[in-house]
Amino acid sequence: MGANVFMFYLFSATMLLFAVLAVTSRRILRAAVFLLFALVATSGLYFLLQYQFLAGVQLALYAGGIVVMIIFSILLTHHISHKFELPPLLKVFSGFSAASLGALITLMAILKYPFKPVTTSPAGPDMRVIGIQLMGTGKNGYALPFEVISILLLAAMIGAIVIAKKKN
Amino acid sequence: MISGIPITHFLIVSTLMFFTGIYGFLTRRNLITMLMSIELILNSVNINFVVFNRYLYPDQLQGHFFALFIIAIAAAEASVAIALIINIYRRFTSIDSDTVNEMKY
Repeated sequence: MGANVFMFYLFSATMLLFAVLAVTSRRILRAAVFLLFALVATSGLYFLLQYQFLAGVQLALYAGGIVVMIIFSILLTHHISHKFELPPLLKVFSGFSAASLGALITLMAILKYPFKPVTTSPAGPDMRVIGIQLMGTGKNGYALPFEVISILLLAAMIGAIVIAKKKN
Repeated sequence: MISGIPITHFLIVSTLMFFTGIYGFLTRRNLITMLMSIELILNSVNINFVVFNRYLYPDQLQGHFFALFIIAIAAAEASVAIALIINIYRRFTSIDSDTVNEMKY
């Protein structure tokens, strides 16, 4: 068993464990920190797949940005010692059965479908190629979604400020 | 691709993570924890895009860019959602989804 395989199973187990803890923890701040660990383990998977740029974006934006924002909003809206009461048993049961049924169907579909992965494994994309494609307008160019997403981010920023500011 | 790991193992992991997020979204009653479940769901979808890209079409970058744009949209969505949550907290002094049952201005 190679080091790559071992790291894959380590990252996957960490990710799943912390994902389950993040949705079941009764203290909200701990849930946010568990979510952070799950996202960091995901960026480890991206490193394994040799998408270094995407892994860096995942670390900076998800782990560094979104989780910090969530933690700030928790500190603004909760007492630090606040503890959730357990959800009612019926709700846990119905949620669990819905999730496991969906997982069962999806897993059956995945295991049945004959994927044909490419056997050769070229190196991960060059940062140069990513930059050229992100700005390109021809074939394999992503200039339009790039510009659209920049407008979306601007709109989200202005919207968040307008929504959250105090009325005077 | 990573030698020694079949594509289905990645897909199984991302499926389990997706439905963990679904479970959290269905059982949690706090708006911030529901938002965290949504982040888990988006993250598992990202893994799927990246793995399909890497294993089936390694000379293309479509899945890679899809994942990048999903991350950006998740950031925008989280910022607006948190602004709304803070506004709801000011009005109701609680962010449980059960107590927020009137949205009239």
